[in-house]
Amino acid sequence: MRDAVGIAAFAAAIVALTAWLESGVWLTFLMMTLYGALLAQSWNLLGGFGGQFSFGHALFFGTGAYVQAIAQVGHGANPWLALPLAVLAAAAVGAFVGALSFRYGLKGSYFALVTLAFAEVFRILALSVGFTGGGVGLMVPLREGAANMQFGSRKGYVLLVLGFVVAALAVTAWLRRSRFGARLQAVRDNEDAARAVGVDPFATKLGAIVLSGGFMGAAGAFYVQVFQYVDPAIAFGPHTSVEALVAAIVGGMGTLWGPLLGAFALHALADLTRNLFGQLPGLNMVIYGTVLVLIVMFVPRGLAGGGASVRDAWRSARRSAGHRDG
Amino acid sequence: MAEALLALSGVSKAFGGLKAVQDVSLAVPEGSLTGLIGPNGAGKTTLFALMSGFLRPDAGTVRFGGRDVTGLAPHLAARAGMTRTFQIVQPFAAQTVRENVAVGAHLHERRRTAALAAAESVCARVGLAAQLDKPAADLTVAGRKRLELARALATRPRLLLLDEVLAGLNPQEIAEMLPVVRGIAADGVTVLMIEHVMQAVMNLAAHVWVLAQGRLIAEGTPAEVTSDARVVEAYLGHGTAARLLARAGAAPAGQGAA
Repeated sequence: MRDAVGIAAFAAAIVALTAWLESGVWLTFLMMTLYGALLAQSWNLLGGFGGQFSFGHALFFGTGAYVQAIAQVGHGANPWLALPLAVLAAAAVGAFVGALSFRYGLKGSYFALVTLAFAEVFRILALSVGFTGGGVGLMVPLREGAANMQFGSRKGYVLLVLGFVVAALAVTAWLRRSRFGARLQAVRDNEDAARAVGVDPFATKLGAIVLSGGFMGAAGAFYVQVFQYVDPAIAFGPHTSVEALVAAIVGGMGTLWGPLLGAFALHALADLTRNLFGQLPGLNMVIYGTVLVLIVMFVPRGLAGGGASVRDAWRSARRSAGHRDG
Repeated sequence: MAEALLALSGVSKAFGGLKAVQDVSLAVPEGSLTGLIGPNGAGKTTLFALMSGFLRPDAGTVRFGGRDVTGLAPHLAARAGMTRTFQIVQPFAAQTVRENVAVGAHLHERRRTAALAAAESVCARVGLAAQLDKPAADLTVAGRKRLELARALATRPRLLLLDEVLAGLNPQEIAEMLPVVRGIAADGVTVLMIEHVMQAVMNLAAHVWVLAQGRLIAEGTPAEVTSDARVVEAYLGHGTAARLLARAGAAPAGQGAA
């Protein structure tokens, strides 16, 4: 219930902010932050709640992006109809990779390497086959209009990605208070103990990778609608995979708001360092990297987790104060 | 009498050249509280793993509730009504006691609130009521043993396989745990416990099996097996039984054995 109120308040705040903002720079910042949050949220569903660290989430992102693009370019489909296809295709790729890796009990670094390898295989495939446009990539024709999911103003895109982010928040909140979520976290914390009390780890992890893949597919479709272009490096390159997992880890794995916080912090940091030190090429990346290292060192549970530790400390301090008073 | 709740026949398991369990047959009657004892490395935990599906036997069959469950995956064994605990406790460390136990309760309960409520009542049964909202990682060893027990109990098993729930506890903690285990059995759950703490098994179990070097070497009431020469030898070394007997003959009061 509290989660639902929080999510509704967040959505209302972003809608109000979007209506109020006029600067294209800030609207783009807001859009890219929410987009980064969506990547991190979908990684968090599998990595944060399921403990399965994927290094190749671009696999699902790229699948969604290509399906969204091919459906429009190759088959003239309306983007609103292409979107569910993109989500389903990415979820199906998730099911395929999940079935293969979890069937053989791949965990930890092995699972990470398999996802990395699959993303690379898909990148090379996208370079080599015809219907992806090969290395040239695919260009989605410009047909502005809400009916074509192409908005004249950034505001439309902000609201679209906000819809995805809110859906991901709702699914994450559901994970925290459902049987499936309890089982997923049990498998993450101790697979043998979970099996002993009747949890099927294979089915549980498979469900998580399908959900995670689906949201990543939505992010890929969104990318295509915004930039109207996709090529194999954008779709399946490591950049998206890294962005998804870094924001989730910095923000706090296995938390509801962590991925959002992480995406916001990283985008703010990246923009800030670029603006401050843009004339000294490379320096912004050095600072960005240093701050990342500091966060991982000093807030290992992530920004949301760090907040939770502060809250716990505050509560226990108040409780002991209460004991003294009473 | 009807078929035993759990029946092993000719179960064997080897790891490379090491024959961990050899040709073990035993039958656990429904509603009983029984024990499996044996010296270190006798294969007790391996035998539990074979019963509960964590390991597949090389030979032999495991029947549970009249059904062949040999090599059935652990989660399916748990669904069938057989739940094990672990000697080395395996909490979901990041979660609270209540959440830990709710994972077990979810086996038969889809709704989250109902599972959390069930977890609460199970915790009360094993004496964890005061620690419901503590993270599992913050529990003492005794607390973790109780948690292990509560989580298994929350699956509402017909047969509970307890792997050394008393090991590592001090005498007072053991004394507190014994009535908990007895209470579970009194509620109609069949309990088979592996135990190292001999005195505890002697107090609790009506029937014990003794495993040594992977083989069953004796079975019977606790009094019977402790006076069995093979059991004494397995625990205390070759020739000990004869020496003890000789000493008991010399000093008329036969005290001090085992």
